[in-house]
This record gives sequence, C-alpha cells and structure tokens, in this order.
Amino acid sequence: MERHNKTWLPYVFLLPAIALIVCFMIYPVGTVFYYSLHNFYLNRAWANGFIGLDNFKQIFQDSLFYSSLAVTAKWVFWEVSLQLIIGLAIALLLNRSFKCRGLVRALVFSPWAISGVLTALMWSMMYNQHMGVINDLLLKFGLIKSNIAWLGGVNTAFWAVVIAELWRGIPFFAITLLAALQTIPGELYESCSVDGGGKWVAFKKITLPYLKETIVLSSLLRVVWEFNNVNTIYAMTGGGPANLTTTLSMYIANEAIHSNNFGYGSALMVIGFLILLIFAEIYLKASRFGKEE
Amino acid sequence: MKIEQRLRRCLSLHLPLSIILIFVLFPFYWTLNTSLKFERDIMKVPLKYLPNPMTFQNFIETWNNIGFGRYFRNSLIVALIAVFFIVTFAVLVGYALTRFRFKGKQLMMFLLLCTQFVPGVMLLIPLFIIFKKLGLISNLGSLVIAYTTFQLPFNAILMRGFIQNVPYDIEEAAMMDGCNRLQAIFHVVLPILLPGIIATAAFAFISCWNEFIFALMFISRSDLYTIPVALHSMQGEYDINYGYLAAGSIIAMIPPFLMFAYVQKYLVQGLSAGSVKG
Repeated sequence: MERHNKTWLPYVFLLPAIALIVCFMIYPVGTVFYYSLHNFYLNRAWANGFIGLDNFKQIFQDSLFYSSLAVTAKWVFWEVSLQLIIGLAIALLLNRSFKCRGLVRALVFSPWAISGVLTALMWSMMYNQHMGVINDLLLKFGLIKSNIAWLGGVNTAFWAVVIAELWRGIPFFAITLLAALQTIPGELYESCSVDGGGKWVAFKKITLPYLKETIVLSSLLRVVWEFNNVNTIYAMTGGGPANLTTTLSMYIANEAIHSNNFGYGSALMVIGFLILLIFAEIYLKASRFGKEE
Repeated sequence: MKIEQRLRRCLSLHLPLSIILIFVLFPFYWTLNTSLKFERDIMKVPLKYLPNPMTFQNFIETWNNIGFGRYFRNSLIVALIAVFFIVTFAVLVGYALTRFRFKGKQLMMFLLLCTQFVPGVMLLIPLFIIFKKLGLISNLGSLVIAYTTFQLPFNAILMRGFIQNVPYDIEEAAMMDGCNRLQAIFHVVLPILLPGIIATAAFAFISCWNEFIFALMFISRSDLYTIPVALHSMQGEYDINYGYLAAGSIIAMIPPFLMFAYVQKYLVQGLSAGSVKG
C-alpha cells in the first residue's frame, strides 16, 4: 500500500458504486420515511397528503400486523435453528474422507443455486393434493390414510413451506461451516486423542470453540436473510391460508404489489427497517467491525 | 473387529449421507420425471416413478408456444448486462480499498457492510416510484439498475478479498518499468485476478438470474417477463399444465447450475464466514 499523490484517484474508482448506492438505496430509504407520514395513492392523487402518524396508529390496531410479527418470529426461529443444526451435521459428515467426496459435496450444495420461486414450484408439485408424490409415498408406507392438501391446510401449510425453504437454506450453513472446519489444524485432534479424549470431547473442546465465531456470524446473517425472505413463501402460499404464512416481509410485499395505498405500505417498511437496525447493530458488534486493520 | 468397524462407519457415515442425498436430489428427480411425462400420465394414479412412455413435447411447447424462449432471453439480457456492471464496479471498489490509503476508507467499508442489511422488499415502493419517474416501469433497464445496485456491495467485498491476494510488488515493478497505473491494472492485475473475476461474475449471475420480487413489481408487460416471474404466472393460471411447469423449471435451473459447477470449489476453499450470501 502506498500514500499516493493523486489523492482523487480512489474517489474516482468509488464513484459509480457510491452513486448507485446513494440514488437507489439510501435515497429510497429516506423517501420511505417521508411516504410513511402521508396518504399516497398512485391512482387517487387528490386524496394524497400529509397525515402525520396516522398510518402508524392504524398499524398498531391492525391485527394482521401483530400476527405477521408472530409468524415472522416463528419462521426465523425454525429456519435458522434447523438450518444451523442440520447444516453443522452435514458439514461434519462432508469433512470426513470417503469416495467421490467432491461430487457428493457439489450435489449436497446444489440447492443453493436454486431460486426461491423454483424451490416453491418444485415443492408445490410434490405437495399437490391430487398428483403429489409426497401423498403417494406416505400412502404407500401406510403413514397417512387419505391425501392431504399440505399447502391448503391450516395445520400443515406453515411447516410445508418451512421444509421447502430448509431444502434451499441448509447448503449455505453447510458450506460456511465446512469452510471453517477446514481451518482447524489436524494436530489439535491428534493431541486430544493422545490425551485420551474421545470424539465427543474433541467435538466439545476443539470443534465447537473453533466454529463459534462462524456460527454466530452466519446465524446472524441468516436471521436477517430469512426475515427479509419472501420469494419461497410468495410463490408457494402467497401468505395463506388465512395469513398463517404471512411474515412481516410477506405482508409488506403484498401491500406493495396489490394495495393502492403506498403510504401504509411505507409505514410497515419503516417498522421493518427499525427491526433490521437492531439486527445490524448486533451483527456489527459481534463481528467487531472496525477493530481489524 | 474389522466387520464391526465397517458397520459403524456405514451407520455413522454412509447411511446419513444417503438420507441427505435423497432429500436433496429427490425434488430434482421428480421435476425431471414430471417434465418428461405425457400430460395424461402426470395426473394418473398410481403415479409413475419413471417417465414411461417418455416425451420431449413439454420442453418444445414450453420453449416455443409458452414463450420460454423469450423469457430466457429477457433473463439472460438483464443478468449479463447487470453482471458486467457489477464486476466492473466491484473491481474498481476492491482496488481502491486495497491499494490506496484515503480519507473515508473505513466509512466506505461500513457503507458496504450496512447495505447488506437493506432488503429489496422494504424498498419496493420507493424504487417503483423512482423508476416510474424515470419511465423505466416495464423496461428491463429498471432491473439492470436494481440488480447492479443490490448485488454490488457484496461482490465488491468479495472482490476486495481477491485483490488482496494479488501481490502489490508485481504491480509496482510494472510501474517502475514505465507502465502507468491503468496499464498496470490492465496488463498485470486483471490477468492474475481472472479466476476471482469469473467467480464473482458467477455469483452475481446466479443472484440476478434468480431474482423475483423486483421483476414482479417493475415488469407488468408479459413479453418482458423474466423466467421467475413467468414461472410464477404459469403457476397462478386456473388450468395449470404441470408438464409445462416442470419443463420450465428444468430450463430455468440450467444456467445457474452451469455457474454453480464452476464456483462450487471457491465456495468451500476461499470464502470466509459472512462473505457468502444465501
């Protein structure tokens, strides 16, 4: 690295990125706060205008808002914890040596490259009440007596979506944890077994401490990601049945796409941002941003 | 003793691996199976676990008559243009952040990290209004701009890591020999950086190709649909043709899989925690 006499050069290099981020991220975030204090209809301009905190008052009386928060908490909790546990198990397995390891790894990671919409489509076809293979298999094994409408049932829809999203989300954890596992020096395990420690001891004393930082950081990122995630839910249930799969982000997406009042949708977005701000704060603290370098 | 060891290895390794592989691969197998069946066989009970008799008619119909040829082209145009901008700007940012010392560097890193927490969903409304003012609703340009902006921060951080691994001495030597900085970047840095550039491009391509919610919000003309929106609208039709839907799904996953085949070795090797997005 050098101290350069042309001090403007780095700024020129950063200019396109900063321009895009300011115009299409920071400025829009600002306008969300502005719109949230307004009535804002695209098709009824005469009704538009400043209404103070009315949108927020309305939100705090909106039962769908509260139920969407509960669904969000449930969704994020199950997705992140199950992805972490299963992802860790898979990473440990894939870190052992066996035949065709490279191929098996690539296959196990492959859903990572699949979009939420595609995941939703493939699983919807399998969940289908009439021609779905899941009903067919469960009937064959005698686990159910008649076909079930997995995505339409109030008891099953949420979990059906959770499983589809797990299918797509587990590889992320498996990949990052496997990368972290490979940085653990092998000698540590040798000295542990010389000292008479079993596999469980080695896992608790060596593996987990080594993985701790990765686990914390990738879980936090995943919390944010699943909090914002709408693609799979949108394409699978659209938030139904009876709003049982409507997370806050789903509610916002539905408001933005179907409703005419952008003011109310913007107010929901403001609340979404405030929640995200808390996550971001925790993440930056946990990653000790700024202390390196 | 030997047998017991092999049994244990089988139970603790091969059995769980097989279960995982079945869980991961079954949806692919079933979609492919459905896409190769005749329509009458798809709905018929008992279900057929192999496409017998087999047909490619679903693929031909989906590509020609349903318009997947056009959707594929739309997706490809948007993704390729966006990837070009993402990679170019990411190299510039990555280079500035590794090779220069300047005021505001820490702030820039902070900005890049923070934008990772700004989700597309929460900006659907203001971006819609901005693109409406720019006349870019139902125009693929809006998607190029949105994808470039939202993918850039992550890929810039990724690129910064790749550039850090290119030794500065080589560049300095080139500049001693009379290259100016831009020549040094083009003739020395970029060739060494090429694998990293391809990896970044592949990551960006997968994200752009798969993006759904912006495309749904900003594109209302059906001839401009990208593949995820087209698939979603097919699924919403009253009379769903599952053969077409399955064939469309298979077509949609080919490009990201090709990219994935290339980047998957980078996934585990180089990327540290937190730098890989879902």
